[in-house]
Amino acid sequence: MSTVPVPYRVIDRWDETRDTITLRLDPVGEPLAPFAPGRFAMVYAFGVGEIPVSVSSIPTDGGVAHTIRAVGAVSEALCRKRVGDAVGLRGPFGTGWQLETARGQDLVVVAGGIGLAPLRPLIRRVVADPRAYGRVNVLVGARTPADLVSRVEIRRWATAYTGVTVDHPGAYWRGEIGLVTRLLDGAQFDPGQATAFVCGPEPMIRATARDLVHRGVAADRVRVSLERNMRCATGHCGHCQLGPVLLCRDGPVIGFDRAEPLMRTREL
Amino acid sequence: MPDTGQTALLDRAGLDALVAALTADGRTVVGPTVRDGAVVLAELDGADALPWGWGTELEAGRYRLVRRDDGAAFAHTSGPQSWKSFLHPQREKLWDVDRDAAGELTVCPARNEPPSYAFLGVRPCDLRAIAIQDRVLAGGHFRDDGYAERRSGAFLIAAECTEPGATCFCVSMGSGPAAEAGFDLALTELIDTGGHRFLVRAGSAEGARILDRVPSEKGDTTTSDAARSAVDAARDRMGRAMPPMDLRALLGASPEAERWDDVAARCLTCGNCTMVCPTCFCTTTEEVTDLTGDHAERWQRWDSCFDLDFSYLHGGPVRASARSRYRQWLTHKLSTWHDQFDSTGCVGCGRCITWCPVGIDITEEVNALAEEARS
Repeated sequence: MSTVPVPYRVIDRWDETRDTITLRLDPVGEPLAPFAPGRFAMVYAFGVGEIPVSVSSIPTDGGVAHTIRAVGAVSEALCRKRVGDAVGLRGPFGTGWQLETARGQDLVVVAGGIGLAPLRPLIRRVVADPRAYGRVNVLVGARTPADLVSRVEIRRWATAYTGVTVDHPGAYWRGEIGLVTRLLDGAQFDPGQATAFVCGPEPMIRATARDLVHRGVAADRVRVSLERNMRCATGHCGHCQLGPVLLCRDGPVIGFDRAEPLMRTREL
Repeated sequence: MPDTGQTALLDRAGLDALVAALTADGRTVVGPTVRDGAVVLAELDGADALPWGWGTELEAGRYRLVRRDDGAAFAHTSGPQSWKSFLHPQREKLWDVDRDAAGELTVCPARNEPPSYAFLGVRPCDLRAIAIQDRVLAGGHFRDDGYAERRSGAFLIAAECTEPGATCFCVSMGSGPAAEAGFDLALTELIDTGGHRFLVRAGSAEGARILDRVPSEKGDTTTSDAARSAVDAARDRMGRAMPPMDLRALLGASPEAERWDDVAARCLTCGNCTMVCPTCFCTTTEEVTDLTGDHAERWQRWDSCFDLDFSYLHGGPVRASARSRYRQWLTHKLSTWHDQFDSTGCVGCGRCITWCPVGIDITEEVNALAEEARS
């Protein structure tokens, strides 16, 4: 694996929300090894730095897409990139969702805000191969309607149940209002035969995963994607520790059976 | 690494010849020397630069050099540095990037010809620390290439401990005072009626090869026995000890201990303990650009889990309180290190105690946690 960033070029770019964009990237020369859903790259903005970003699309014709919210120096620099601009990528890193272990199961995919981005390649694989899985449920929550990513695509996914809810509806929202956990009542799954994939803000992950376990889904079948500061992604910088877990190496996707006690300890 | 069984006796001139032989092989010899009121690690041009006749007096938050009458070269204990300063340096360039007129990026890994080091006077605790950093930086799925290159070329000469300091607790961590493995040569300093001499054992073929090139006398059983008893005596003179229990389990079960608040009230979160710790490996990165704006460099430098920025995620640090940061450091060192790298992260060198500006003592903290767990 390359230890230095590999040049990629922005071949498409679109706004997801007011502070979130997606960059579609193609390699300038040799590509990185193929990404799997849930794995991540260190995305490098020249002269600014690197951040870890999960892959938000794995196009069949090569390349990769990353969905980035402008929250710091590097993410802001990346959000300013235009078509034709260059970025660097290192990766792929991390565990991924390991969708292959959920074949034949009912699926419960739960996203909060930009947490839908790392789940998008997983959902696309699932809806492209519906016979491999049981009932598919996609539950999406956001703060406001304006914070929903992939809003149009969500409605196109053929699922047993798709729910979208927002905390603060505004004047024109006609859908569900409230926390994403409320949508679990509408989801169709056999808890004993289900695998869940959850990504979003930590309080949302905890509430959702606890609810799923409470409904009978085995904790190790509730996979959560967690986030910590990362500098190297190769297990050497120490920043991404969550107790015993090095999230770049043992995560970012881990089972809630491991995550629950770690998430329960404040400031771990 | 097997002990080849080859032993020899060197005097002060022999030690100098050893340094000369290593230097003649193109190696950079690094060892302890007195500078700025401390025994520091620096490049040595001969054995004369060793701290002959200097000892150290240590306490929590205190380090002083003291004169010794016996002229010993290795009677000092751990100084402010460790060998990680050379194997895992404070600053290291990772890569250069150039941006051309068309905006294309060319990324080149930083190419540093690593010096071929010979470390003279590695304490058994520090030998263990090097083995631990080997696991962390070169033993996983990804390898820190810079570290691996520097490490694989390094020649290690251990110096067994016969004068432990008041902040030492290697015996309770199982990492000293004897050098058992992981060295090319191991010295034991002896000053008695037989004179001032060094018993040398070869621990590798390369060690034996170098030893053959140095004028020496053959080691005899009397000297070997004297060396053994000097090291055994050191075992009984440790200044401190960890409680004799499963520290991994204790720390793993103590995330909500009240003791964390107590230590947090004293801890300045300065990070000194992480800088002097021979196993602490954490780093951060810096992006540096030149005035043209078309050339950037990526640098890695030591970081500390006591720094607020260490755990920063958008919105703020994960570990904002001193309590959580001290808990992270100590729990990682003694417990979660096992989960991550299959070993402890503490070797009992005592540096974190000596160099803590407020004298926080890791053994006292762990004993207090053990007491709290019992009650």
